[in-house]
Amino acid sequence: MMDLGFLIPALQSIIIASTPLVFTALGEVVTERAGVLNLGVEGMMIMGAVVGFACVIAGFSPFTAFVFAALAGLGMALLFGIMTLLLYANAVATGLALTLFGLGLSALVGSQFVGLSAGAFPKVSIPVLSDLPVVGPLLFGHDALVYVSLALVVALIWFFKHTRAGLIVRAVGDDHDAAHAIGYNVIAIRMGAVLFGGAMAGLGGAYLSVVQTPLFIENMTAGRGWIALALVVFASWRPGRVLLGAYLFGGISIIQLHVQGFGIAIPSQILSMLPYLATIVVLTVISARAAQQGAPRSLGKTFKVTR
Amino acid sequence: MIVLEPWETRRAWLDWASPLIAIALTLVGGGLMFWVLGQSPLEALRIFFIQPLTSVYGVSELLLKATPLILIGIGLSLGFRAGVWNIGAEGQLVMGGVTAGAVALALYEVESIWVIPAMMLAGIAGGMLWGAIPALLKTRFNTNEILSSLMLTYVAGLFLSLMVHGPLKDPDGYNFPESRLFHDAALMPTLFEQGRAHIGFVMALIIAPVAAFLLSRHVLGFQLRVQGVAPNAARFAGFSSKRLVWLSFLLGGALAGLAGMMEVSGSVGQLVPIISPGYGFTAIIVAFLGRLNPLGVVPAGLLMALSYMGGEAAQIELGLPNAVTGVFQGMLLFFLLSTAVISDYRIRWRARV
Repeated sequence: MMDLGFLIPALQSIIIASTPLVFTALGEVVTERAGVLNLGVEGMMIMGAVVGFACVIAGFSPFTAFVFAALAGLGMALLFGIMTLLLYANAVATGLALTLFGLGLSALVGSQFVGLSAGAFPKVSIPVLSDLPVVGPLLFGHDALVYVSLALVVALIWFFKHTRAGLIVRAVGDDHDAAHAIGYNVIAIRMGAVLFGGAMAGLGGAYLSVVQTPLFIENMTAGRGWIALALVVFASWRPGRVLLGAYLFGGISIIQLHVQGFGIAIPSQILSMLPYLATIVVLTVISARAAQQGAPRSLGKTFKVTR
Repeated sequence: MIVLEPWETRRAWLDWASPLIAIALTLVGGGLMFWVLGQSPLEALRIFFIQPLTSVYGVSELLLKATPLILIGIGLSLGFRAGVWNIGAEGQLVMGGVTAGAVALALYEVESIWVIPAMMLAGIAGGMLWGAIPALLKTRFNTNEILSSLMLTYVAGLFLSLMVHGPLKDPDGYNFPESRLFHDAALMPTLFEQGRAHIGFVMALIIAPVAAFLLSRHVLGFQLRVQGVAPNAARFAGFSSKRLVWLSFLLGGALAGLAGMMEVSGSVGQLVPIISPGYGFTAIIVAFLGRLNPLGVVPAGLLMALSYMGGEAAQIELGLPNAVTGVFQGMLLFFLLSTAVISDYRIRWRARV
């Protein structure tokens, strides 16, 4: 029998590496399905990371830390929503502003956390099940957030397919004028979607700093927010495919570490380039196919209330 | 309820007033930040914004830092006008720095006034090459240029690291990830006795009006502007949007590459793992602060350079983290974008119907 001893920790680390992307990209799927392109994901994520980490250091429970991290992301998203939905500011530029501001502010707040660690994050332990060989550590031995992220995927699939609210969000994203004419409050619905996206990015960021590393380092998101944006395109705006895409990217970033472990003589920098290059390649392959399948038709278009 | 109505006739003065209002709001916000950090707001703002300018050395450093910001800001303002979002100028700067640095090292023994021009050409070529990738992907495969150019920035940073850890490492450098110190012939001629300000600043001052002329008087500039304001009109007029994407990225890449060359040659003097404190990203703010006008980019670049100086001063004098610079810059961009609303729209109160 093959030795699975090394495979299980590898798969576990893939799941840990992927979970921030799952949260963040799911949030952005909802935002974009409502027709808003928020490029400030990286900034919302890093704010979640620093706030979540600060709460743990301050002695709050992990649950509280994640709640505050989500609120931090939500606060950033609120800023974005006010500027783009109410003040009609350029959405691309505002997203960039969110990222630059978030990176700066998080570095300022996080400069006091140099060298501190959040400590190991508790894993779920289910009697009997978690102790099963192979299946136990793979299915029943993760931290609670992993299960939350998976539940969120299912919830969003259901939300978009089977609920009235999901239909309304999609309507607003596909044709805001029609949705407005029927009487839906486009701005309010979009604001809700933006805030949800921000909260999820905050959770994703906090997972990175509180569970995955568990440290806070300036600029630690290292482009994950942007990769999450690419994942949304990769997933054709579908929550189920987001999960697939996120695990794929998590896999790439972990393989990169393991290749080094095997002593294969490839410079570490080239391996570190892989996730970024893979993002470009995947994005290009997807975009080359029929024009942006599944993209909300009003995505990125400003809605102005005329009366 | 408050409604925003487009101006029937635009008020030109509001175009210029809105950046000033944004700067004023940033000062207020910055004062607030210093207060939260336990500093006296006015004193901290003085150290941040005024003290760096009180010495010749300080002014020289200001011009040094403003040079790449202005150069890149000019390139970006042209592209942003056309709605081409080159977010990867930082990567193009890094690649320009690597190629220019490689030329400097290859010509290590050469003492000629042609070393600097050769490095400039190499830097421009490196930046253009890196800018050409997102342009190619965008025009051939419709790949989102924001994401591809940004991803390439991370790749460029890793490539620089690879180079200074490998082929371009100083053979006598005790294995430090640095290249040799460039020969004098490969260093930018300086402007003053004190400080590192170099002739690149003068070049930036020449390039800015040229770019402004291109934008306002040349047919290509006209096409860029129409593409940005009315893409449908541009299509009906037969303007090639692909050509404008290429133009934006090649110009932006060239100027960012040139800025990278000037960083390694004028500011650092060798290749090190990190050659830019995020000038490529800050230049995005510079472009907007200059209202996407190459002439406006010049004062905008100087102001943003001051924010880097201020961050250093605040670190030394007040013991604050250098990150206050980033907060200032982000805040300024926010205020710029939200105050732009007053020049585009008339804010009116109207009873709810």
